Order: sequence, then C-alpha cells, then structure tokens
Amino acid sequence: MTILEATPARLDPAGDGRSRSGRRGGRLGERLLHAYTWLILLWLVLPIIVMIVFGFNDRVGKRNNTWNGFTLRWWGELFAIPDLTTALVNSLTIALLSTAVATVLGTLMGLALGRHGFRGRGGVELLMFANIAAPEVVLGASLLSLFITMGVPRGYLTILIAHIMFNISYVAVVVRARLAGFDSSVEEAARDLGAGPFTTFRLVTLPLILPGVASGALLAFAMSIDEYVITTFNAGSTLTFPLWVFGATRVGVPPQVNVMATIIFVVGVLLALGNALLLRRRRI
Amino acid sequence: MRRRAGALAPYFLVLPGGLWLAIFFVVPMAVMLSVSLQTGNVVDGFTQTFDVGVYADAITTYDTQFIRSLIFGLIATVATILLAYPMAYWIAFHAGRNKSNYLFLVLLPFFVSFVIRTVSWKFLLADDGIVLGNLKDAGLLPADFHVLATSFAVVAGLTYNFFPFMLLPIYVALERVDPRLLEAADDLYANRRGVFGRVVLPLSMPGVFAGFLLTFVPATSDFVNAYVLGGTNTTMIGNIIQTTYLTNADYPLASAVSFILMAVLLVGIFVYARLLGTRDVLELSAR
Repeated sequence: MTILEATPARLDPAGDGRSRSGRRGGRLGERLLHAYTWLILLWLVLPIIVMIVFGFNDRVGKRNNTWNGFTLRWWGELFAIPDLTTALVNSLTIALLSTAVATVLGTLMGLALGRHGFRGRGGVELLMFANIAAPEVVLGASLLSLFITMGVPRGYLTILIAHIMFNISYVAVVVRARLAGFDSSVEEAARDLGAGPFTTFRLVTLPLILPGVASGALLAFAMSIDEYVITTFNAGSTLTFPLWVFGATRVGVPPQVNVMATIIFVVGVLLALGNALLLRRRRI
Repeated sequence: MRRRAGALAPYFLVLPGGLWLAIFFVVPMAVMLSVSLQTGNVVDGFTQTFDVGVYADAITTYDTQFIRSLIFGLIATVATILLAYPMAYWIAFHAGRNKSNYLFLVLLPFFVSFVIRTVSWKFLLADDGIVLGNLKDAGLLPADFHVLATSFAVVAGLTYNFFPFMLLPIYVALERVDPRLLEAADDLYANRRGVFGRVVLPLSMPGVFAGFLLTFVPATSDFVNAYVLGGTNTTMIGNIIQTTYLTNADYPLASAVSFILMAVLLVGIFVYARLLGTRDVLELSAR
C-alpha cells in the first residue's frame, strides 16, 4: 500500500486526457447502471406491492385475481377465518419464544467466539457453518427422522425446537460480527474496581453489545415468522401462518392473508428502521 | 483460581447453544443415516437391515429430479450473478451516502414470507391474471399462452427469491476494493475495461464465490417454487423428499434421497470453504 500512496493521484504525464474522456463515457454508463438498479428494485418489490394492493380488493367469487374496486372489508374481517387466525397466533408465539431462547444461546456462543481463543473453537465454527449452509429441506427431514425414531409426536413443541435450532447460529454470527472492535479494557476496569463477573457483564458488557444482540434477535424473529420448509416437516397437524398459506395455494388464497402479511411487513420494516436508527445514534 | 475459571469461561458460554445444535442438528443427521438403512413400512414398523440397496434405488428412481434440481439451481445461480453484479457495482461505487438505503431496499422482500412472495408471483403470472389476462384480451398473446407450470417460471422464481443472497456478498467484496487501486490503474493507462477486468473483477471474486454458495444450495434443494409455480414436469428433488416423507411415509427411501442431496451439496460446500476460509463465508453471510 505504501507504494500506491506514494504515487501522485493525478499523474498524467502525456496529458492526453485519456482518463478524462474515459470519465465522460463513464458518466453515461453510471446513469444506465443507476436506472438498472431501480429497475431491479422494482422487480424485487413488485410482488410485495401486488400483495398489499390486493388486500384492498373487493373480490368477486373465490378467486382474488382481478381488480374489482377498493374495500376495507378484509381489514374489518381480518379474523373471520378461525384456522388462519390460529395459525397466525402460532407463528407469532413461536417466533417470540424461539427468538428469546435462540438470542440467549446464540449471544453466549457469539461472545465465546468473538472474545476468547479456546481449543475446539474451529470445531464450533465448523458446526455453525454447517448449520447455516445445510439445505433447509435436509435440516427439516433429519430432525423429523429423530422425532419419528424417538416416538416424539410432532406439533407446537417440535416446531419450537426446530426454530431455535436454525436461529442459534445466525444470532451467534451477528453478535460476533458486532464484537469486532470491542474494547475489553472497560471490562478490566470494572473488574479492577471490584465488580464480579456477573456485575461486569450486566453493567458493562451487555449494554455495549446490546445493539448487536438486538440485530440478532430481529433477524431470528424475522426468520422464524417466515419459515416454511423446516416447519412443514416437524409440524404434525399444527399450522403456522406460512403453512396455512401454502396449503391454500391450490384452492385460492383469501384476502385476509394479504392483509396479515401486509401488517407483518410494515411492522417488520418499522422495527428494522428503529434498530438502524438506534445503531446510528450509538455510533455518534 | 480465577485464571482457571477464565480458561473455562468460553466452554460454559458455548455449551448451551452447542448442545442444542448437537442434539437437534448433528444427532438427527446420524439418525437419518440409520433410518435410510432400515427396511419396513409405517404399519408393520421398520427394522435396521443395513440394506444399502436403497441408495441405488434412490438414484435410479429419481435421477431425473436430481439432475433437474442441479440444472435449475445452476441456471438460477448464474442468472442471479448476471443480474446482481452490475447493481452491486453501482451501489458500491456510485451510491455514495445512500449505500445503506439501497441495501435496505434490496432486503425488503425478506420482510414478507418466502411462501407469500412466491404465491404473489403465481398470482401475477396466472394464465387469466392481471398481466397475461389483459395481454390476451388485447390480442397480444395467444389464448393458450402460459408461464406457470413451465421450467421458466420455476427458475425465475428461484432467481427472484435468492437474488439478495447473491447481491449482498458481491457488494461487500466490491465495497472493500480500495478506490486508490482504481486511480492507480487509471494513472497507469489502463482503459476502463482494463480497470474492471484486471482490478475490480478479480478483487470481487470472493464475493461471487460466497454468493454462489449462498444461492446455489437453497435454490437446488428448494421445493416451494416448484410446487407453487411449476407443474408435473418441473418436480425437483426437494418435492420428492417432502412427499416421500410426509405423504408416502417411506422413511428409508426419503432419508436416502435427503442424504444423497446433502452429500452432493456438502462436498461442494466444503471444497468451497477450503478455498475460501469458513470465516469469510460466515461473515459475508451474516451481513
């Protein structure tokens, strides 16, 4: 890098302006890429816009696939389908519970990996890597094999176990990534001032890593509430929101699903923005 | 005394989460292997026979679906690279202060369930839906034209759903490129193609590799897109695993199919991780 730094930035001995003409061509290219970026963004949000808009569609008959005028009916009749409501409640409570457990377990793992060198650390990293990289369908199928072999009936509890399993590694990775640049001298200072390990953790370490923990928890919650593949293998007859929707695809999805998904989307976006603002404020 | 407690601390921290992963992730893999070597049926029960013939059965019965999954996964992954690279490039080098805002927009689909996004595409692309229906009414498309139930629909769905997994690692790699290197290349009379081909592209390859891994594995093993957007001719190996386990309850065969899929993908993953370093892949996937 030192050689590069020593090179004068505007060295152009021939003075033929080659680089400048290059820039002009670059400006057109840059504009095209800018437009392209927005085109892709449009493609990414198109199904979400359609989902939101058709939650306001005054549909006729069983199929919700042509626009028939604006209505707020489905927002008023949001809980008119009891099975769907139950599935949504299951999704929310499973997401909350699995996030709580996975955040605690994942944060502890993230702390160990981010702060300590220890024997077997490579093995733990490999375990987490394999867990994140393994295909979901295999994670779901193998867990089902365990439950079948052990004679464990599938239902709410097995879904919860599965969700905690796939969330731990994500929380650990996020927490560890945020530990980069963590100044451990403040902990030593606390210990020198007579604080025990738990007091130090509660009063010094935890407040410092909290934004990372919050990001990990948000990610875990978002993954849990959306998860379909692993859940379908371990759900038995219990339904979550994505499972109910999947089951309804062949007969037609009712507009209540659009409304519920819209609410989840808006709340999720607001939470993420809140977390981002919190992080930004912390940094200043 | 304190020193010893300090040396043990990381183990206490890792233990609860590590145990959970061991019991509900590692052990199930071993159990699945053992189930695949059983013989029997749901009514009479299964016995451990160590009959490896089931693996040959799995491959010969479902070779079409295995190959189709690999091809669909590969096409979708290459498509995401081609679509994501220019966008990642623009965000990394030209978005200025708005970089994080653009990335947030890229992540918006993740706030809607994977299943619902796919259902939304089915709705958009339906034979008599808001796009095709209107085009047909206007006489711009023949009445029997359809997108759903084709290979194109499934690959397009896979490309859509896993696009952010490709864009983010490519972006991270491009973001790390030191702008002074570009200036240096420019000063040394490289034309723009030269700067890109000899400086930017090689430096961004780790991002492309990580993106390839993060996209190819879930795309190849997916069954939601094939179920929702595809038809009987687009069945993927994930669909086979799902129906064999949950509908046919042929656990040994389903386990064997899952195991083959995992072996094929994991061997690929670990060759990759060796070339790249697991830490990099993990770090990139965390962002």
